[in-house]
Amino acid sequence: MLGYLVRRILIMIPTLIAISIVIFIIINLPPGNYFTTYIAELQSQGEHANLAKIAFLEQEYGFNKPLWLQYLYWTVGLLHGNMGFSFLYDEPVTRVVGDRLILTFLVSFTTILFTYVVAFPIGVYSATHQYSLSDYLLTFLGFLGLATPSFLFALVLVYLAHVWFGISIGGLMDPRYLDQPWSWGKALSVFAHIWIPVIVIGTAGTAAMIRRLRANLLDELQKQYVVTARAKGLPPLKLLFKYPLRLALNPFISDIGSLLPHVISGAVVVSVVLSLPTTGPMLLEALRSQDMYLAGSFLMFMAFLTVVGVFLSDIALAMLDPRIRFHATAGQ
Amino acid sequence: MNDVNFSSGPAEGARTFAVPATPVPHYVSRAPFDPYAVDRMTPAQERFYRAAPIVLMWWRFRRHKVAVASGILLIVFYIGILFCEFLAPYGLDSRHTDFIYAPPQAVHFFSDGRLAWPYVEGFDYHLDMTDLRRVYTPDPKKPEPIRFLCRGDSYSWWGVVPGGLHLACPAQGGTLFLLGTDRLGRDMLSRIIYGARISLTVGLVGVAISFTLGILIGGVAGYYGGWTDLLIQRGIEVVQSFPHLPLWMALAAILPVTWSPILVYFGITIILGMIEWTHLARAVRGKLLSLREEDFCTAAVLMGARPARIIGRHLLPSFMSHLIASATLTVPSMILGETALSFLGLGLRAPITSWGVLLSEAQNISVVALYPWLMLPVIPVILTVLAFNFLGDGLRDAADPYH
Repeated sequence: MLGYLVRRILIMIPTLIAISIVIFIIINLPPGNYFTTYIAELQSQGEHANLAKIAFLEQEYGFNKPLWLQYLYWTVGLLHGNMGFSFLYDEPVTRVVGDRLILTFLVSFTTILFTYVVAFPIGVYSATHQYSLSDYLLTFLGFLGLATPSFLFALVLVYLAHVWFGISIGGLMDPRYLDQPWSWGKALSVFAHIWIPVIVIGTAGTAAMIRRLRANLLDELQKQYVVTARAKGLPPLKLLFKYPLRLALNPFISDIGSLLPHVISGAVVVSVVLSLPTTGPMLLEALRSQDMYLAGSFLMFMAFLTVVGVFLSDIALAMLDPRIRFHATAGQ
Repeated sequence: MNDVNFSSGPAEGARTFAVPATPVPHYVSRAPFDPYAVDRMTPAQERFYRAAPIVLMWWRFRRHKVAVASGILLIVFYIGILFCEFLAPYGLDSRHTDFIYAPPQAVHFFSDGRLAWPYVEGFDYHLDMTDLRRVYTPDPKKPEPIRFLCRGDSYSWWGVVPGGLHLACPAQGGTLFLLGTDRLGRDMLSRIIYGARISLTVGLVGVAISFTLGILIGGVAGYYGGWTDLLIQRGIEVVQSFPHLPLWMALAAILPVTWSPILVYFGITIILGMIEWTHLARAVRGKLLSLREEDFCTAAVLMGARPARIIGRHLLPSFMSHLIASATLTVPSMILGETALSFLGLGLRAPITSWGVLLSEAQNISVVALYPWLMLPVIPVILTVLAFNFLGDGLRDAADPYH
């Protein structure tokens, strides 16, 4: 197990390095940088930019240095927890994103929790009641949830909430808590608002999870040991929970890897539609104005979150399922 | 006792013990002896057993009713995009400045309780000065019968053939806004029909790109194995650990604003295709790893075939059907990707009209509340995505007819 852990961590390092290189290249691909865009914009409005300050900033952040050196500065800064400087907001990135990162993390985490809590009972139910009316209904709903893009769903929900309740459901907290320090009231307000984005973002993942759990459980339920156990007179519920369900649970853990990127992607667009104070709208803004440190550090953070999530799910899976553990060590 | 048993004859085994009263005459069949008599099949069986794989797949696919229906719907859609100009009642950019944000007009089939030629009711328009909004009320006294196969806005079909024939047009001097109009008074239905041309093809072009990439890269990884495989596997993991949408957004932000619409269109499809290939590459790799151990592959190697020929000629055809099924399943994610990017303003931009571009008009809550018909492009998006999902499901089930 320890060997597996070490090996898994060692794989993570080159992956993260490769990701950071790709992100850096992408961020630097557009011609020019934030300042050239900024100066052009000011000039088009007939204003003059503070060229001295810009020259200082360009010097300070090494925009005139070769690219590989800029990359080194950026990654070394990241390792020290320094995410660079946002020119758009004229503040360090860490300060700009601080609260938003927490909220993004909160929304993603709650969404995954929601996915599990909803998918588990529904998946088990539709597998044990295969081809029943409710199974068909749930399957259809699942397909619909899978096919509806989250931001369209958010749009429809915004409309329905307006028509039925006459309220605006945007935002993640009561407006009076904006820019306030964290307090109980604020936390409660966040929890009162968070369920809408969570449902919107989580629907597709939940639908996929239900389908997979159902398929896995159906496979297990047909096996001989289930028949044997039933013949021996084990109560159905005990039988279900004791054997087949445990085996069918693997996707719950291994799916975090595919679930996380989806949740984060979904969160970006949905938060634009619902105007959530998460990282989505900010990333959009940063990309539009070529605020490279802000955009780059964001992307890096998201990728990091995903890689760590996959890592944790792999570890959990290895702990739960001896086959993976032994296979990994035997394969060496 | 024995006799009774013999004559009633339900117990086959009893016959061997029975002693018949009179000796049975010796019987010899004159027909030539056919040792394969049991193996011979009826024509129906023969047709089934000798059916080509493609026929078996078709039989299997036909059983999945929803998939067949989805396939037909998609065929109708794709034929439709060939004739957008004819199907749309108006041109893509024809503005009606008197009818800005006009609501959808319902088609009426009955007039005073009697069946009538389909008609819409003309609008009474006034400006509500307290709310500062345009109010359109359909007037039952102004029936405007719809004309079919008529001359309307002139167009040039695919930019080549000039024409003016439309499937349906408004009455002379009347209007026909079945799905309302937008902020410039353009007919939503026409725009949705034209938008299909872009939205439906983005997925196909993107899939073609990711298909090529997936087969090439997955093929190399699976065939050579070892270090190459390991390296490519890591690369795929890196690509997959990006959240797609932010990556698409970052890449789309690179496309210069000065590019012409057609270049942007191809840029977006390439971006979509460049990220989705990983699933296909994985599928190809997995299949190749198991297939290259097969005897027919060894035989090809021994006969001196080159890797490219072995992969392309011997290995790929044996799982092409799987690949097509999984490619079908990646089309919807590309269509959704385009929609999301355009919705955010990073993808296609006007004057290109796709469903995502149309939806980007409905971003604002006030727009959604006041003019909900601007959200209607959602419906074709969901229909298409659902249809592709069902079709892909059906194809995947049918892809392996021997199971």
